[in-house]
Amino acid sequence: MYCLLKCAPLILAVAVCHGWLFGDFVRKQELNEISLWPIPQKFQSSAVAFKLSPASFQIVHAKQSSAGPSCSILENAFRRYFEYVFGDLKSRKKVYDSDLVELQVWITSADPECDGYPSLQTDESYELSVDEPSAVLKAANAWGALRGLETFSQLVYEDDYGANNINKTEISDFPRFAHRGILLDSSRHFLPLKVILANLEAMAMNKFNVFHWHIVDDQSFPYMSRTFPDLSQKGAYHPFTHVYTPSDVKMVIEFARMRGIRVIPEFDTPGHTRSWGNGIKDLLTPCYSGSSPSGTFGPVNPILNSSYDFMTEFFKEISTVFPDAYIHLGGDEVDFSCWKSNPDIQKFMVQQGFGTDYSKLESFYVQRLLDIVAATKKGYMVWQEVFDNGVKLKDDTVVEVWMGNKMEEELQNVTGAGFTTILSAPWYLDYISYGQDWQRYYKVEPLNFPGTDAQKKLVIGGEACLWGEYVDATNLTPRLWPRASAVAERLWSDKSVTDVGNAYNRLAQHRCRMVKRGIPAEPLFVGHCRQEYMGL
Amino acid sequence: MWSEPQPFVVSVSVKTRGCDGYPDEDSDESYNLSVSEGQAVLRSVTVWGALRGLESFSQLVYQDDYGSVSIIVDFPRFAFRGLLLDTSRHYLPLHAILKTLDAMAYSKFNVFHWHIVDDPSFPYQSRTFPDLSNKGAFHPFTHVYTQSDVMRVIEHARMRGIRVIPEFDSPGHTQSWGKGQPNLLTPCYKGDVPSGSFGPVDPTVDTTYKFMESLLKEVKFVFPDSYVHLGGDEVSFACWQSNPNVRTFMEKMGFGKDFTKLESFYMERTSIVWQDVFDYHERVRLLPDTVLEIWKGETYQAELSRMTKAGHRVLLSAPWYINHISYGQDWRNSYAVQPQNFSGTEEQKKLVIGGEVAMWGEYVDATNLNPRLWPRACAAAERLWSDEEKTLNADLAFPRLEKFRCELLRRGIQAEPLFVGHCKHEYDGL
Repeated sequence: MYCLLKCAPLILAVAVCHGWLFGDFVRKQELNEISLWPIPQKFQSSAVAFKLSPASFQIVHAKQSSAGPSCSILENAFRRYFEYVFGDLKSRKKVYDSDLVELQVWITSADPECDGYPSLQTDESYELSVDEPSAVLKAANAWGALRGLETFSQLVYEDDYGANNINKTEISDFPRFAHRGILLDSSRHFLPLKVILANLEAMAMNKFNVFHWHIVDDQSFPYMSRTFPDLSQKGAYHPFTHVYTPSDVKMVIEFARMRGIRVIPEFDTPGHTRSWGNGIKDLLTPCYSGSSPSGTFGPVNPILNSSYDFMTEFFKEISTVFPDAYIHLGGDEVDFSCWKSNPDIQKFMVQQGFGTDYSKLESFYVQRLLDIVAATKKGYMVWQEVFDNGVKLKDDTVVEVWMGNKMEEELQNVTGAGFTTILSAPWYLDYISYGQDWQRYYKVEPLNFPGTDAQKKLVIGGEACLWGEYVDATNLTPRLWPRASAVAERLWSDKSVTDVGNAYNRLAQHRCRMVKRGIPAEPLFVGHCRQEYMGL
Repeated sequence: MWSEPQPFVVSVSVKTRGCDGYPDEDSDESYNLSVSEGQAVLRSVTVWGALRGLESFSQLVYQDDYGSVSIIVDFPRFAFRGLLLDTSRHYLPLHAILKTLDAMAYSKFNVFHWHIVDDPSFPYQSRTFPDLSNKGAFHPFTHVYTQSDVMRVIEHARMRGIRVIPEFDSPGHTQSWGKGQPNLLTPCYKGDVPSGSFGPVDPTVDTTYKFMESLLKEVKFVFPDSYVHLGGDEVSFACWQSNPNVRTFMEKMGFGKDFTKLESFYMERTSIVWQDVFDYHERVRLLPDTVLEIWKGETYQAELSRMTKAGHRVLLSAPWYINHISYGQDWRNSYAVQPQNFSGTEEQKKLVIGGEVAMWGEYVDATNLNPRLWPRACAAAERLWSDEEKTLNADLAFPRLEKFRCELLRRGIQAEPLFVGHCKHEYDGL
């Protein structure tokens, strides 16, 4: 389309693509509209508003609580959420009366779990009652309290005079799914610590509770191993500037713990291991061109005892470094061509009676690996190929379904075989496209597959994955948020929460809230936030 | 033995005066650069050419630790190498615009097309019509560009040899104008009664043209470039059609039912107003029937043929709407564009004066502007500056662009990665 203008030489006509398709969802936003994200299971609010003054409001431990000042998770959270609610020191100059004097946090279980780590079995439920003069947040443990504090902070809003208000509210909440994860890839591009920590912060704002750290892969090995220092010395993009030291790793784990987030590292084998070969001689299979080595290498060499000796030592270390009960062992996308070319492997195949079925060789390796890891007393997670190839898995194995093709069938098969499973196939957020793709992620219903109730109970959650081929610190955060928020609500809230229009209004406000808290979450559509992102 | 390091001297020699002026469409941006041991000599016709040469010099210094002998003779293939930012769909803080200008200079872009207002918001603070932003901006204080903000942008651009062409798009794309200027927009009708909503600018009343005259007079005063963009596209006719006064006017003018005639009528009157307002003393040559057009479309080559055949000078932006993101190395699509590859004579091809990369703002604001713009915009930058024959192979360009991206990072531009890999110094922020 163009405009024909026969006039002075100074006219330039331009055609603009207008977002007609999404016009429906641009509604005038009520500034005081409740903008909870994700939406709680049970939520009742009245029009009665209470004032909250930074000068006189406090978050405190309830007298009856089993947690007290020694609970660093809660002490830390009280301060964090106070800052979220009242902003920086400058905006706290306003002096006005407070109707609400305090938020009491009441941990009801005998063991508040303040010094422990969250797990798959953690009870994250909470009850929040907002009334004057005290609001009360009840939870079984510190993890539930963290979820409740986030919700509380989302209830506070500013009125026309700039005073903080909160309405009389009753909330009873718990997550629909127990495993709500984000995958970040620090191998295709090194991710500086700052970016990982900021995204853990953003995850907490969205009630995500698992950080799936795809820490190494073909391209680089940034994990500094104390047992095998050559792995990062020779395998990282740079042995000093592009590595995670043991103290970096500890920082990530503790920062996550403070926010009720589990850290599950993934050390993906036997494929995706090119960078491992730099530091460990003979670990990878030498590929052959005819009868002589070609100089290139393939997956881990499954016929050498040294491979298994290495894995034993390596995973012994991993099991001590990472406290979570689970380790992700990968097992995806194993390219057989290198194995096929290697004469020693060909001989081995004959010896073992595998014929020409290399998936049997793959399973041979994976089986031994799983036994090695099981001996460290950890549970393991694997990508779906491991299940598909018929490997014998421990009962508590978590299978991650990532292939978009025949997703429902896979869910049916995995749960039918009795394994817990998590879904990530429809949530590969690295696949960007023009427009409001968050709606596509929001509309996914994880339990939409043919199966019994018992089977469906085995779907314990899902993960939004941000693979790193085209992502690093320059674009990670806006690419992840608020698109991952759509997944957050799908995994936390009730199945019936599906109204995209209502979600748009709440998510647009939630996005502005993330920006206000320093997370450069990108816009959903045309509009503005009271406080735009000021960092660059 | 330690000896005093010899200073490396870069001597810059400019032929014509012009430090206090503004770049324009005829500016000579050519330069010669010769680098040898211990010194470099940069020669250019204008200061603008010197800026381009200094940028090239800085890129050589980074590459060669030892500084080999090089001789560069350079000039742009196209004179108009632009970048469009949209500050209406989302407000962009001033520093985001200034940072964009910095990055533009690194890629030798020389026109900043500022799509400053549109339907959703009117952030331009007008001295003649303060209500336009008071009522039309997302917020009258925090989401506006004051006169001094605008001056800052213009000067920051000038220092980098970048022209600033503002766009005040009408008669469509003007919803936000109506908030501060009542009676400007056409009231839409439902039957015989106004429906309460408004459409494009009302072309049937004199007050409209008086308003446009005053506004454009101010624009001319504020923006020194000889060009302004008046938009004029995507006008929805439904509202005009519904309004009985408009229909009467159509009959009176003999337009019948053809609303494109009404639209042209509006554009002609508006542009005549602009011409009247325009101060001739700086420009000698003005061709009344020359038109510059940018357009969008799948079949842009056919459009190029047609427009140039009719004798119009043209700008290409259709294949460079980089607000359209997709998975993978889409910079290659931008790179593959061949602006003069259409059926036409040599004379016709000369009428292509350049092109523009567009970053429309529906899904873009300060949180994601920089990684979305850079380094993807660089592909078009090379296409518009360099010789096409020497730069047809994207695989050969890849390693250069990869390095350039790391250089952008080092210079503080939040440019996203092209593919897997790393830079010596990774981005330090969020």
